Amino acid sequence: MLGRIKQGLKKTRESVFSKISGALSSHKKIDDDFLEELEEILITGDVGVDTTMEIIERFRERARKEKVETPEELNEILKEEISKQLIVPPQEPEVNKPFVILVVGVNGTGKTTSIAKLAYHFQQQGKKVLLAAADTFRAAAIEQLEIWAQRLGCEIIKHQPNADPAAVVFDALTAAKSRNADYVIIDTAGRLHTKVNLMSELGKIYRVIEKQIPGAPHEVILVIDAGNGQNAVNQAREFVKAVRVNSIFLTKLDGTAKGGVILSIKRQLGIPVKYIGLGEKMTDIELFDPKEFVEGLFARE
Amino acid sequence: MLEELTAKLESTFKRLRGYGKLTEKNIADSLKEIRRALLEADVNYKVVKDFIASVQEKAVGEEVLRSVTPGQMVVKIVHDEMVRLLGGTTATVKTAGIPPTIIMLTGLQGSGKTTFAAKLAKYLQKKNRKPMLVAADVYRPAAIQQLKILGRSLNVPVFDEGVTDPVKIAFNSITAARQQMIDTVILDTAGRLHIDEQMMEELVRIKNRIRPHEILFVADGMTGQDAVNTAQQFAKRLDFDGVVLTKMDGDARGGAALSIKAITGKPIKFIGVGEKLDDIEQFHPDRMVSRILGMGDVVTLVEKAQESIDREKAEKLEQKLRKAEFDLEDFLDQLQQIKKMGSLESILRLIPGVGSQLKNVQVDERNLVRVEAIINSMTKEERLNPKILNGSRRKRIAVGSGTRVQDVNQLMRQFEQMKKMMKQMKNKSFRGGFGGAPFGIG
Repeated sequence: MLGRIKQGLKKTRESVFSKISGALSSHKKIDDDFLEELEEILITGDVGVDTTMEIIERFRERARKEKVETPEELNEILKEEISKQLIVPPQEPEVNKPFVILVVGVNGTGKTTSIAKLAYHFQQQGKKVLLAAADTFRAAAIEQLEIWAQRLGCEIIKHQPNADPAAVVFDALTAAKSRNADYVIIDTAGRLHTKVNLMSELGKIYRVIEKQIPGAPHEVILVIDAGNGQNAVNQAREFVKAVRVNSIFLTKLDGTAKGGVILSIKRQLGIPVKYIGLGEKMTDIELFDPKEFVEGLFARE
Repeated sequence: MLEELTAKLESTFKRLRGYGKLTEKNIADSLKEIRRALLEADVNYKVVKDFIASVQEKAVGEEVLRSVTPGQMVVKIVHDEMVRLLGGTTATVKTAGIPPTIIMLTGLQGSGKTTFAAKLAKYLQKKNRKPMLVAADVYRPAAIQQLKILGRSLNVPVFDEGVTDPVKIAFNSITAARQQMIDTVILDTAGRLHIDEQMMEELVRIKNRIRPHEILFVADGMTGQDAVNTAQQFAKRLDFDGVVLTKMDGDARGGAALSIKAITGKPIKFIGVGEKLDDIEQFHPDRMVSRILGMGDVVTLVEKAQESIDREKAEKLEQKLRKAEFDLEDFLDQLQQIKKMGSLESILRLIPGVGSQLKNVQVDERNLVRVEAIINSMTKEERLNPKILNGSRRKRIAVGSGTRVQDVNQLMRQFEQMKKMMKQMKNKSFRGGFGGAPFGIG
């Protein structure tokens, strides 16, 4: 996995973190110039102003206390400070059957593709997956998921376009129970987190699931485009309010040079990244491991 | 859109305007706040740095410090610099001398190309053009199907050849367009990463084959610091002509808007502001800055009104308003005209002073539907003379419209208030009939 992540994050590493290493070695000591450069590097990595300030503050504090001066040691401290921001609580085992996953997010983040990846990921473990096409709004969204279902060879429950998404979900859960599926993955329409009507529609879907299978949905995944800036924090906040998001799927990490916003989301909302998407194929999915993630970020060629 | 940035800048400006005299320290502190607000709004780091430097240079001049309202002067400098940053003048889409005009849409995955293609088609239709959509995204599952559905809903022809070579599809579509007397071809291409050499090469081949008059780069308005890199890469390979920013109806963004022009030199031409196919606006730098700085955008509002409001009806209405003869029939008419202008939220945001207040307010479009249903359930007599609405009539109307008597009462109260307002306005200079309607905000 480390290899894959290293490759996927090549851009991030090249632009952001090689700059850090560069800054560390070009400055002899920690002065204002150096800190400003560090600030620039982090902010241009979408880390966010507050989080950047906090990292820099801690970094300066520690460097002063521990009297660290060499670039290598400073590098270590920085790595530690960033890793700290990403610590994830241990995963609970997925014992429920069917294990219900609700996938939400704003428009165009890659929800449907991510669902295909998740389905593939579970199928590889020998699990039976059922997809629910609850994005009944966007033109051809159902067809898109259907094509993925065909490629994956998994079952899909769908209604007509513009049908009530909650009804699709209801049918999907019924089918999952009777067909003995291990996982149900629910695709929802993309919606901007500022649209209260659409967000409450999502709330309704959540309640339908809860009512039909107590304890479900067992996982609510928010799909976030790694290219998104600080707005992703607002997105996360609103989706948490509506449907208790408990993990993040960070997509398009193969292209964008950044991804720093996950630090802000973790810091402000405590939601960890669980999966990352590194390409357009259904095999381009990785489980997120913060330790290896940071290692990958800092690794030199 | 942009409320968060607007709110932060507004408070800084308020303080600035409050100072009788400005010291260099006042200015420096304010600039620090502005800098932070811009960075938090995802404006590119380098752009912010240059922006602050140039505002600072202009703001500490003697002229500002000695002027009667130094704070106001600084606000003006910020305003002017921002307009400059956004490109100064309004950029339009080129038209070909000999039709068809070919417009090619490019961008990353999920930026909203397909939706924008449909919006652009509708926009051109309104301007009496005859557009055609071309489905050249052969990679994303069901992308062709999506464009076809959108085309059908607009009654715009969609050219597709299924999943084959996009270069060929693009080329063949031009021939088809000529045969069908189409004047504008809108080419929807697959989303791709700027670092995907093979896919970028494909765009270059399409470009060389069909020589589009206009290449637009479609970017997600929520993009972070990377917006600039991506735009730069696309500009390098394709030398596109303009930028489209989508999803501008959410909150707290605009960073990309402020950065892309500054870095690539390519103007922003359109913005997408909602879920409906009407929710597209031409981009005007000065108006955008007014919106960012919380000054509203009346010009766009008036234009939208002109576009969709029936002039004759409006004049008749104005007459009635002057005589304070406004009845429910007119009210219904007005509602329907406003609905034509696009989503209520996007309209309200254009009104000065409303933008930043709307931050946490949601406009429920369904309220409008409810109001319409209530009025539709009245008899003609009741609409013309609402005074006759007694309890039993109201009950009947509530049942007929699927609402509660309270809803009917509330509407009547609002209507009475509105009439009162109009009587007051009768004596003042008052032009135009739209606006002022107490549509349900809540």
